[in-house]
Amino acid sequence: MSETQVFSMPKVWNADVHTHYCPGCTHGVAHRLVSEAIDELGIQNKTIGIAPVGCAVLMHQYLDLDFIEAAHGRAPAVASGIKAVRPDKIVFTYQGDGDLASIGMGEIVHAMNRSLPLTIIFVNNAIYGMTGGQMAPTTLLGQKSTTSPSGRDAKMNGYPIRVSEMLATLAGPAYIERVALTQPKYIIKAKQAVLKAFKNQAEGRGVSFVELLSTCPTNWGMRPTDACKWLEEHMIPYYPLGVLKDFQ
Amino acid sequence: MARTLMKGTEAIAEAAIQAGCKYFFGYPITPQNEIPEYMSAHLPKVGGMYLQAESEIASINLVMGGASTGYRVMTTSSSPGISLMSEGISYVAMAELPCVIVNITRGGPGLGNILPAQGDYTQATRGGGHGDYSVPVLAPGNLQEAVDFTQDAFDLSQKYRTPVMVLADGFMGQMMEAVEIKPRKTEDPVSNADWALGWRDERGGQRRIVYSMHLSPDELEAHDTHLQEKYARIRTNEARFEHFMTDDAELIVTSYGTTSRVCRSAIINLREEGFKVGMVRPITLWPFPSAGYSSLPKSVKVILDVEMSAAFQMADDVRLATQCEIPLMTAGRWGGYSPSVRQIEEKCKELLNG
Ligand SMILES: Cc1ncc(C[n+]2csc(CCOP(=O)(O)OP(=O)(O)O)c2C)c(N)n1
Ligand code: SF4
Repeated sequence: MSETQVFSMPKVWNADVHTHYCPGCTHGVAHRLVSEAIDELGIQNKTIGIAPVGCAVLMHQYLDLDFIEAAHGRAPAVASGIKAVRPDKIVFTYQGDGDLASIGMGEIVHAMNRSLPLTIIFVNNAIYGMTGGQMAPTTLLGQKSTTSPSGRDAKMNGYPIRVSEMLATLAGPAYIERVALTQPKYIIKAKQAVLKAFKNQAEGRGVSFVELLSTCPTNWGMRPTDACKWLEEHMIPYYPLGVLKDFQ
Repeated sequence: MARTLMKGTEAIAEAAIQAGCKYFFGYPITPQNEIPEYMSAHLPKVGGMYLQAESEIASINLVMGGASTGYRVMTTSSSPGISLMSEGISYVAMAELPCVIVNITRGGPGLGNILPAQGDYTQATRGGGHGDYSVPVLAPGNLQEAVDFTQDAFDLSQKYRTPVMVLADGFMGQMMEAVEIKPRKTEDPVSNADWALGWRDERGGQRRIVYSMHLSPDELEAHDTHLQEKYARIRTNEARFEHFMTDDAELIVTSYGTTSRVCRSAIINLREEGFKVGMVRPITLWPFPSAGYSSLPKSVKVILDVEMSAAFQMADDVRLATQCEIPLMTAGRWGGYSPSVRQIEEKCKELLNG
């Protein structure tokens, strides 16, 4: 009987390393999509990743790529520095919402506006994961976190920032899309978006940005399945899925 | 290039280009704006790139990215901008990337003013950012040195894989002097492929990671130790100073950068009047050239530290270098003023006669 392999680890995945992500966390799905895109485009040897500060800080251990670790929020500047010097390389950042939308808001706005060809993967889980569940700029109104114990209150904390919409007002970006990582139908779309964001760069188009709505079961205090449900019921209505900007 | 009359900032920019720097990332701040202006006009001609960052925070992180590829990159700024870069400098030092940072200092603290001052000594020589790291700091005393030290800074940064700072005050940036700028031999960036990013094919498929996080205390302790050993090598090999008329001196003036020029004039005048005065001029501020002081003759009775800093920031290093065995006095101006030759002469006479 001949065997047909239907599933395998991505080629750029470092098979001998175990990730430290919590069970049910969609960071793993996001990593897989990035890995698959790099595999499919055959760009492993020319890709340089920028790891963020946040739960994905050890991303450079998981993917078999050249990697640099940036300071909290500064990944888009580091990426721009690399791309300026090595335009022949594929450069991507992978950043959480605290990293990208809070401390690094300046860097992301200007990198998107400059539009050097880069790929930005934005993992929006509406909370600070790594530091233990504090409020993020993307935390929903009423959502509890360790620093908004009675729920985010607009009067004190302002409103959750719709980063993709905001960046889409800029003339620079080539492509911005928001996708989710909870169900196969969403993940298939997410995969296409991530692939496109890398392909754009390989073809020399300006900066591409994919926002991945993700779960943080640990800090949301939910089982993984409930976290997926919560994301769909609460996050998607506020952060609608779809393409916000496309060069075409 | 023959000797040419040039402004300090422009001479520094051209020296960097002649040293093989093709990538410049910066943000405007007075009194160093001619450097980014010069770079934006001239780098494209050598196939390089000037990229204006949105802030100094971004500048140093662009530098970090560029430096991680093994190419020669640079940023320049002035005091408040360097404060913002401190985070990035700490990361670059930890990640062991080479780059050159020029600080054309101005008056502070806070927004202070845009006039020359030397109040950034402590920040420059004590790392400035968090953690156990040091940055070699070169302090030119004239524009030819500003040119030469900028080029030396690239070589040093490459040799030790560390950020290197050229510290010059606003006078140095804005004055004009004849300088000769020679091309400096630069290695091909591919020669950095053993550690730099973006050379995977050249390395036969091996990847590289540039990172500064070491979660395990054993790893971090080992890396911190490695950094300190590197800094010890720099202390041993790279400390530089100049002695001027020290042989029989009874009074030693000590001063760096622009103020050392003022002191030099004062010393020449005082010598003509028969006063036994000389100078120790630190050229590297970190590593601090203690040998410049321990090698002084027994005739020295007092040291006069001259700075454009209200806190006389270098004086502590001088005290350490002399093990407090020689009395130390201070003189200077601040707020954007330079001490005058006359002021230094009078202070020296007072100390010698008093
Ligand atoms: C300058 C600085 N400030 C704060 C921190 C602490 N810190 C580490 S991760 C993090 C939040 C990360 O949250 P996010 O980017 O949303 O990523 P997640 O962990 O949720 O994936 C913070 C505040 C830091 N490392 N550096
Ligand atoms: S803390 Fe949250 S975001 Fe971080 S790994 Fe755990 S579940 Fe994922």
